[in-house]
Amino acid sequence: MKINFRRLIQPRHVSAGTLRNSFDRRSLVVGGIQGGIGVLLASRMAYLAIGQNEKYKLEAESNRVNLSLIPPRRGWILDRFGTPLASNRADFRVDVIPERMVDSAHTLATLGQLLSLTPIAMQDLEDKIDKSRGFAPVEVASGLDFERFAAVSVRLPDLPGVVTQRGFSRYYPTGSSVGHLVGYVGPASAEEYEKDRDPVLITPGYKVGKDGLEKYFEKDLRGKPGARRVEVTASGRIVRDLDTREDVPGKTIKLTIDAGLQDYASRRIGLESGSVVVIDCTNGDILAMASMPSYDPNSFSDGIGRLEWKMLSDDDHVPLRNKVLRGLYPPGSTVKPMVALSFLEAGLDPNESVVCNGGLRVGNRVFHCWNHHGHGQVNMLKGIYQSCDVYFYNFAQRMGMDPIAAMARRLGLGQEFPLPVSGQSYGTVPDPAWKERKYGKPWAVFDTVNATIGQGYFLVNPLQQAMQVSRIASGKKLMPRLIHGAHDAPPESLGVKQEHLDLIHSAMNEVVNGRGTAGKARIPIPGVLMAGKTGTAQVVGLNFGNGKGGQWKHRDHGHFICFAPFDNPRYAIAVAIEHGGGSGAAYPIARDVMTYLWDKQKAMEVLEGFEKDWGGTAQQRLEARYRKYATEYGVGAPAVSPEQENLAVQQAESTAEAQQPIVRDAQSPAPEPVAADNPAPPPSPAPAASPSAAAGTVQTPGTPQ
Amino acid sequence: MSRTIVPDTIARQPWGMLVPLMGLVSLGAAVLYSAAGGSLQPYALSHVLRFIVFLGMAIVISRFSRDFFRTVAYPLYGAIVILLVLVEAIGAVGGGSQRWLNLGFMTLQPSELMKPAIVLVLARFYETLPHAMTASWRGLVPAGLLIVLPVAFVAIQPDLGTALAICFGGAVTMFLAGLPMWWFVGAGLSGLIAGPIAFFTLLHDYQRNRVLTFMDPESDPLGTGYHITQSKIAIGSGGIFGKGFGNGSQSHLQYLPEPHTDFVFATMAEEWGMVGGYFVLFVFAVVLTWGTRVARNAPDRFSSLLAAGMTATIFFYVAINLMMVMGLAPVVGIPLPFMSHGGTSMMTNMICIGTLMAINRWSSRPKSIS
Repeated sequence: MKINFRRLIQPRHVSAGTLRNSFDRRSLVVGGIQGGIGVLLASRMAYLAIGQNEKYKLEAESNRVNLSLIPPRRGWILDRFGTPLASNRADFRVDVIPERMVDSAHTLATLGQLLSLTPIAMQDLEDKIDKSRGFAPVEVASGLDFERFAAVSVRLPDLPGVVTQRGFSRYYPTGSSVGHLVGYVGPASAEEYEKDRDPVLITPGYKVGKDGLEKYFEKDLRGKPGARRVEVTASGRIVRDLDTREDVPGKTIKLTIDAGLQDYASRRIGLESGSVVVIDCTNGDILAMASMPSYDPNSFSDGIGRLEWKMLSDDDHVPLRNKVLRGLYPPGSTVKPMVALSFLEAGLDPNESVVCNGGLRVGNRVFHCWNHHGHGQVNMLKGIYQSCDVYFYNFAQRMGMDPIAAMARRLGLGQEFPLPVSGQSYGTVPDPAWKERKYGKPWAVFDTVNATIGQGYFLVNPLQQAMQVSRIASGKKLMPRLIHGAHDAPPESLGVKQEHLDLIHSAMNEVVNGRGTAGKARIPIPGVLMAGKTGTAQVVGLNFGNGKGGQWKHRDHGHFICFAPFDNPRYAIAVAIEHGGGSGAAYPIARDVMTYLWDKQKAMEVLEGFEKDWGGTAQQRLEARYRKYATEYGVGAPAVSPEQENLAVQQAESTAEAQQPIVRDAQSPAPEPVAADNPAPPPSPAPAASPSAAAGTVQTPGTPQ
Repeated sequence: MSRTIVPDTIARQPWGMLVPLMGLVSLGAAVLYSAAGGSLQPYALSHVLRFIVFLGMAIVISRFSRDFFRTVAYPLYGAIVILLVLVEAIGAVGGGSQRWLNLGFMTLQPSELMKPAIVLVLARFYETLPHAMTASWRGLVPAGLLIVLPVAFVAIQPDLGTALAICFGGAVTMFLAGLPMWWFVGAGLSGLIAGPIAFFTLLHDYQRNRVLTFMDPESDPLGTGYHITQSKIAIGSGGIFGKGFGNGSQSHLQYLPEPHTDFVFATMAEEWGMVGGYFVLFVFAVVLTWGTRVARNAPDRFSSLLAAGMTATIFFYVAINLMMVMGLAPVVGIPLPFMSHGGTSMMTNMICIGTLMAINRWSSRPKSIS
C-alpha cells in the first residue's frame, strides 16, 4: 500500500484567511466543549442534590450527630429496713476503647501520668487491655477527683479512644461483709456480650452483675439506658447537646437481710473461716448470711488485678467460696436433736435409758462415745445435752436409718432451697436406698452409727443447718426467704407433736443453760434463754491428730445451732467454723450474734474488744493485707489467664463430690469441748477465734457456770 | 451614540458580564461570611475588598493599548520565569516546597501569574510567526519550549494543578492558532500512552493517592477519599433549596476540608442548594460566553488568541474545581474563581477579565483608529 507521506509532511497552504477560518471553527469547538462540561456539571449537580439527596442528608446527619448511651443507674439493693447494701455513687471516670486508640502506648503513658496511676494499676490496665475485645471499653480509673478528671477531659482531642464520663459507680457501704451475699459487678465479658446483645453492655462505664444477687437480678437491676445526642465536629469536639433522654434506673431490690446484723456477723467471724446464718423463726426470713473471709466487692468492680488474685489464691480460707451455700460439712452432733425427734416420732419413750460406759459393743466391734469415761445412765434429754453418742448408737440400731433420714429431709437437710442465688451445694442425707444407688453397696450397721452422730456420708451446708434449727424451733415448715415482702403463704406446720418439740427445746436449753456442753454460750440478756446444740465434725481420722491442734487443715469443724428465746422461738442461728478445732470455735460467735439481736450496744463492745486483737475490722484487715502485698510484690505478681480464673472459681464452688470418700468403718466421734480430759485447742493459725473456747474446755459436765 | 447621563467611559464597560460577576462575588462573600461562622472576618470582607481593588486593576489593564500588550509580552514572561527560578532557589535554601515569594506587603505566587502570561506570550509568538510557518516545526517547537520551561519549574515545586492549568492555557492557544489538527490528535494519543507511565514514575505519592482515591473515594473514607466524600455529602445534603444561610453543618462542624478555599462550592451548595449551584454555573456561563464572543469579535490574530486563551484559563479553573468538588475529578488544589478566598487566584482571574475587557475595547473602537 502506498502512503502519501508528502501529504502528511508537506504543510498545507496557510494564509491569514485560512487561519482566521480555522480560529472561528476551532473556537466554536472549544466553546462547545466548555458548554458540554457545563451541562455535565449541571446534571451532576442535579443528580447529587436531587437524586441522592436522601442518602447524603442521612450521611450529613450521622456526621453531625453523635449518639451516646448513658449507662442506666443500677437498682439499689436494700436491707429490710431500707439501708443500702449496694448503692450508686456519683463518679468521675475514664475509660479507653482499645480499637480506637491510635498510639496506645503513648496514650496509656499520658493517662498514667495525668491520673497518677501506680505501676500496679498500670500493669492491671495493660492486662485488661490485652484481654479485652477491641470494641469493649476498658476502665482506666474511676472515683476520680475533679482535678484529675478535668486534666484528661481537656486533652481528649489528643487522646483518641479515651472516654471521660460523669456517671455513677456501684458502691457497697459495708464492703467485704456483703461480698458473697450481694456479689459484685464488672465490665461485661465478651461471652456475656455474646449471650446478651444489649448495646448497653459495651457502653463505657456500664457494669453487669458478676456474682451473687447482682448476677441473679441482673435484668431487674439494669434499668434502661438514657441517650445523649450531641452535635460534634469532625475532630470529635462536642459543640452542643441536642437532646437527652434520661436513663431509667433499675429496680430496687429489698432483702430480708438486716444490714447491721450481717455486718456484725461477718466481723464476728474474725480470723476464722466460716459462716453465720440467722433466720427469723416466724417466717423464714434470712436476717444474715455471712461467709468469711470474703472479698471487697468495691475493689472488684474494675476487674480483679494480679495482686488481688495473688491474695485470693494464697489464702487457704478460700475467700471466693460462699460457705453458706457452697460449704459442705459433716454436721456432727448438731443432728442429735433431729435424730431424737425422729425417735420420738417412731414411738421411743424419752425416759427409756441406756448406760454409757464410754462405748458400745455391737457384735465384735466397740463404738466409742466421745467421752471415753462414759456418761452413766442416759435418757433422751441427757443424750442431747451431754451429746452422748452411746445413747444414739443404741437406739438408732433399734429404730433403723429410714425414719432418721426422713426426719432429716423434713427439717431441710439435703434440700436445695428456692433462693435467688447463683448456686447451692446441697450435700447428702444418707440412707440405705441412697447408698445402694450411689455405691451399689448395702447399708451397714456402722453407716447408721456414723449417721446418727452426723458423720460418715452426712454432708450439710450451713443454710440447711439454719433451716433445720429454725424448723425445730418453730415447728413450722419454714422456707428461707431473701426477698423482703414476698407474700408467701404462711408456713404450714411440720406435723410434729408440740410435746415432742417441747422436749427437744428443753434438752437444747439444757445444753446452754443447764448441764450441757455449751455453758459458755449463755447470752447476757436477762429473761432471754438461748437453746442450742454443739457439733464437732472430724475432718481426718484420729491417727492424724486429735483434731484440736496440729495443721489447720486437719482440725475439726466446729458447729453450733441455736435459737432464742427457747420458750418462744424468735431467731435461729447456725454457725459453722471450718477447722475451728471443735464447736468451741462456733458457739461464742453464735452467742454474740444472738446478743446483737437484743442488745446491739453490748454485742458491739464485745466485738470491738476482739477486733483490737485481730487488727481491725474485716475490711481494715483486707486493706492492710493488700498494702502489704503491694509493698511485697509490687508489679511482680504473675499474670492470671482467664482459664486460671475459671479454675479458681470452680474450685471454690465445687465442694460436694470431693469430700465424700467411701466410709468403710465406724468413725470415732470427735470430742466435745466440755470433755474434762480434753486439752485446750492451741490458737488457730490466725489468733484464737474466741477466747472462751479455751476456757470452755475445762468445764465439767453438768456443772454450768 | 445616544446621549445619556451616564458618562461614556462607564457606559462602555461590558455590564452584561460585570453585573452577574458582581453577583457571583457577592454570593462568594456571603458563603465566606457563613464559613467564618457568621463573621465578616477573616474571609468575607477581604474577599470583597480584593475584588474591588482587582476590578480597579482590571479597568486599568483595559485602558492599555494593544501595542503595550505586544511590547510587554516577552519581558513579562521572562520576568515571571526568573521569579519561578527565584522561588525554587529560596525554597531549596529554606527547605521543603516553596510556592510563595514574600514581597513584604504581599505574598506573591509567581506560578499563578504565569497562567495569563503564557497565553499572552503565545499570542504574541503566533502573531509574529509568518502564517506559512504555522504548520511547520517552527510553529510548534518554540511555542512548546515557551510552555515547558515554566511548567517544569511549577511541577517540581510541586504544584500539579497550576502546571496543568499552564499547559491547558498554552495548549488551547496553540490549538486556536491553527496548528495542524493531527498534531493534537497525536499528542492526545501519546498522552494516553505516556499518562500511565508518568503516573507511576513522575508523580509524588500524595498525588498518586489523590488520583487513586478519585477512582474509588469510598475505599479510604477517612484518608484521602475523605475530602471527596465529605464534599459530595455537603452538596447532596443541600438538596434543591439548601439548608439555609448559616446552617451548613458540614462546613461549620469542619467535616468539609478547606470550606473557604478549594471546597467553597460545596460550602455554598450545602446552604443554598442546587439553586445556588445553578446560579454559579449561570454566571460562569455568562462570563465565558462573553469571553468567547470577545475572542471571536477581536480585530486581529493577537487579540483573538489572547482573548480565547484568557477565557480558557478561567474555564480551566472553573471546570477542574467544580468537577473535583462533585467527585468527577481528583483532588487538585485549584480554587474556584471569584468565590474562593485567596488573593492570588482573584488577581489572576481579574487579570484575565481585565485583558478581555481591553480586547473588548479595542474591537468596539471605530476601525479607522485601529
